[in-house]
Amino acid sequence: MSKMIKNVSGRMIPEYINGKKIIPFQGVGKFMPSGRKAMPRIPTCADFPPDGNKLVKNLKDALLRAGVSDGKTISTHHHFRNGDLIAVKIFKIIRELGYKDMVWFPSASFPCHEPLIEFLEDGTIHHIEGSMNGPLGKFCSEGKMKGVAVLRSHGGRYQAVQDGDIEIDIAVIAAPAADPFGNANGLTGPSACGLLGFALADSQYAEKVIVVTDNLVPFPCIPWQIQGNYVDFVVEEEKIGIPEKIVSGTTQMTRSPDRLLIAELTSKFCEEAGLIKDGFSFQTGAGGTSLVISTFFRDIMREKGIKARFARAGSNKYLVEMLEEGLVEYILDGQTFDLEGVRSMRENPNHVNTSPFTSYNYHSKGNFASMVDIVILGATEVDVNFNGNVVTHSDGYLLHGIGGWQNCLFGKTVILPVPLFRDRIPVIVDEVTTLCGPGEMIDVIVTERGIAINPLRKDLFEKVKNSNLPIKTIQELKDEAEKICGKPGKPEFTDKVVAAIKWVDGTVIDVVRQVK
Amino acid sequence: MTGIAGNKDDSARSDCFVRVSLTKKSGIKIDLQTKVDTLYGDSIRKLCLDILNFFEVKNAKVEIEDKGALDFIIAARLESAIKEVITSEKEYLLPLIKENNYFTDKKIARRSRLYLPGNSPKLMINAGIYSADGVILDLEDSVAPDKKNEARYLVRNALRSVDFYGAERMVRINQIPDGLNDLKYIVPHNVNLILIPKCETPAQIKQVDKKINEIAKTSDHRIHLMPIIESALGVINAYSIASASKHIVAMAIGLEDYTADIGAQRTEEGQESFYARSVIVNASAAAGIQAIDSVYSDVSNMEGLKENVAHSKALGFVGMGCIHPRQVGIINAGYNPGAAEIEKAKTIVLAFEEAQRKGLGVVAVKSKMIDLPVVKRAIDTINTAITAGLLKENWKETTENE
Repeated sequence: MSKMIKNVSGRMIPEYINGKKIIPFQGVGKFMPSGRKAMPRIPTCADFPPDGNKLVKNLKDALLRAGVSDGKTISTHHHFRNGDLIAVKIFKIIRELGYKDMVWFPSASFPCHEPLIEFLEDGTIHHIEGSMNGPLGKFCSEGKMKGVAVLRSHGGRYQAVQDGDIEIDIAVIAAPAADPFGNANGLTGPSACGLLGFALADSQYAEKVIVVTDNLVPFPCIPWQIQGNYVDFVVEEEKIGIPEKIVSGTTQMTRSPDRLLIAELTSKFCEEAGLIKDGFSFQTGAGGTSLVISTFFRDIMREKGIKARFARAGSNKYLVEMLEEGLVEYILDGQTFDLEGVRSMRENPNHVNTSPFTSYNYHSKGNFASMVDIVILGATEVDVNFNGNVVTHSDGYLLHGIGGWQNCLFGKTVILPVPLFRDRIPVIVDEVTTLCGPGEMIDVIVTERGIAINPLRKDLFEKVKNSNLPIKTIQELKDEAEKICGKPGKPEFTDKVVAAIKWVDGTVIDVVRQVK
Repeated sequence: MTGIAGNKDDSARSDCFVRVSLTKKSGIKIDLQTKVDTLYGDSIRKLCLDILNFFEVKNAKVEIEDKGALDFIIAARLESAIKEVITSEKEYLLPLIKENNYFTDKKIARRSRLYLPGNSPKLMINAGIYSADGVILDLEDSVAPDKKNEARYLVRNALRSVDFYGAERMVRINQIPDGLNDLKYIVPHNVNLILIPKCETPAQIKQVDKKINEIAKTSDHRIHLMPIIESALGVINAYSIASASKHIVAMAIGLEDYTADIGAQRTEEGQESFYARSVIVNASAAAGIQAIDSVYSDVSNMEGLKENVAHSKALGFVGMGCIHPRQVGIINAGYNPGAAEIEKAKTIVLAFEEAQRKGLGVVAVKSKMIDLPVVKRAIDTINTAITAGLLKENWKETTENE
């Protein structure tokens, strides 16, 4: 076993992960990269047909031509969310071909990827570098995966590809619309998902790029969210996704009275703290509570005649309504969550397609994330030092990916509306099970029983101190949770490291150990 | 012999399902299925052993399917299941939390009271956070007939263990005479107010009164009563019901059953219940208690609720039941005195005090004579405004300094 070292957050991490030496987390903005970005091979038009037709017979043919063999890194994107049919198909083909020890590098995984457990068990897949949701998380937490999982944020994934921390051998980009040259977008077709931003890095940096579509259009496929000039092969498939699982018809608002109360307190806080003002920007997310928060924002903006310059999204029906009503001037969209979001992105030039490069990549000359005034995020746990956890639950099991969460922490005011406890499981704890975001970046915790402001944000204290908002200390909230639920026991772990949590700059902020 | 209690369907969050089977020997076996095993498994097992030991159950198989139930819920379920297989007069009581150690005054604001089904623990845990003036743990209509017994243990435990953040803690018992059997589960556990449903005669109140006195071992207890009138006969007897006990602080009307009883449809406008509502208001005023209106059942119609509350206030009601937490804010705001009303009340109260200081027999505002009931009403308005945060407690000082 590799030597253990302590990173700046006091977390013990191994010096090597999957045989590679890691850089321990050094603090926010402290690690200074050097050197140059990864350099993809120089291609030549001489290798490609002048008529631009890169169609090959099928996915298997494409994988073979792309040089699939033992130990390759295969990437996919998650714009199809729980309706993805491609990832499982790829590994079925690879298993059929008899290759082993692949690394799967998705931008996120979903419950529909549960069948991949079989491929992890039989050695087709060595390990996953991506999010670990539901059954995959459980499998990994029980120490059953051959390699160590690596979890990155959306921005961290772009950074890792760009910096050459990970080399993608074959990128498979499922595309709702594509032409034979490889130009592709997410706007039309039965699997329409809005945009394809998560596949951008893959298209730019992978050794070989395969576009798979169930909606082949003649050249040119406009707009080309993915540029065919990066693409090696195009495959036509009958079905690449399950539409109703890709985007929901309508995103659902929460009806839970507790969550409504939390949403109401959150928007009141933003109003009292003077954060909702002309020209401001916000990102509320797409969960049930977040949707309600954006409608409360809408009401406040209407009443006071305030307009937002832009909203970062996760777009949905409610945000689109705000755009069309003129309350929001631009939606900078990272993924569309419902059909209204897809429609708006297709029709409205102010509904803008973004990627982890424009919004999140930390090894870049700035990004949008730090410009957003109000950022609303979730968490599975927050501790008394405001540190946040989004990947494991209090019982120690991996259950979620990081998503854009770490990247969004760079926003100007980061607010976490969370219940004090969920079905007896306290959310506010002494120390997070897994550290995903340092407390210095989390400003406000809003629960149904009170609001805690990070002591570092004296300015926010000043602004709300004369309001009738229920301001408490985070310790008071934690004590209240324990009084109601009881003092929780701690999970027991073995020494075996099963997953590494990367910070946005590629350093390791924490690791997850096997649950006993 | 097997006893069961609790819920196990998918929606039963924060609840558990308990099955107790007595065995001949081999001691206690606890089979606990729970998502919170890592965090609370040991403490749940310990609690169960303690309860089994308390009831002197030596040999039993206990199966628990838990969905994040708190201790007071698990204890209620287990006790209920145990009592299906053994006979015991003992009660397993968790400590009465100090936060619940309060009484309420006769005249407090009772604008909103939130109904909580007595066998649904998940709704009880957060009931206190919505700023309702009262919470009602309901043993009557919201509890299925075969769940009545287990609900009693749950309601009893909730009265002792759940912090309702200062809300008046009410229980709606079952219709008399059944409801009399509910009393021993609530009276000793610091309940603030008991709602008596489907009241038709003062004799029913006297029965409840007598039983409470027996359990409390005094008639000087501080448990308030609120009869609910839900029938034509109840309306006819409204005044004699309202004045049947010194413990009655308010009287409510239940319009679903009332309209059915008179053979009318309940409408948004409420023409059909105008008479009954007015009778309730009048009888309550005559008896010196508060008149409380029926619930508004369309949870999604906030505008309709607002209008309904405005109409209700105009009739003379001072509060209304809530069937969803979202209704609380609108109901509280709707029954609050308006700004002009508060100003008028302030003037009257100040004039009254001035008159007293000067030893004058009559109170006058701008040369207009003010009668004592008007002064009383002004004092009530001021108190409600203070409770609602619309007026500072030291309003007289600030007024005088202006």
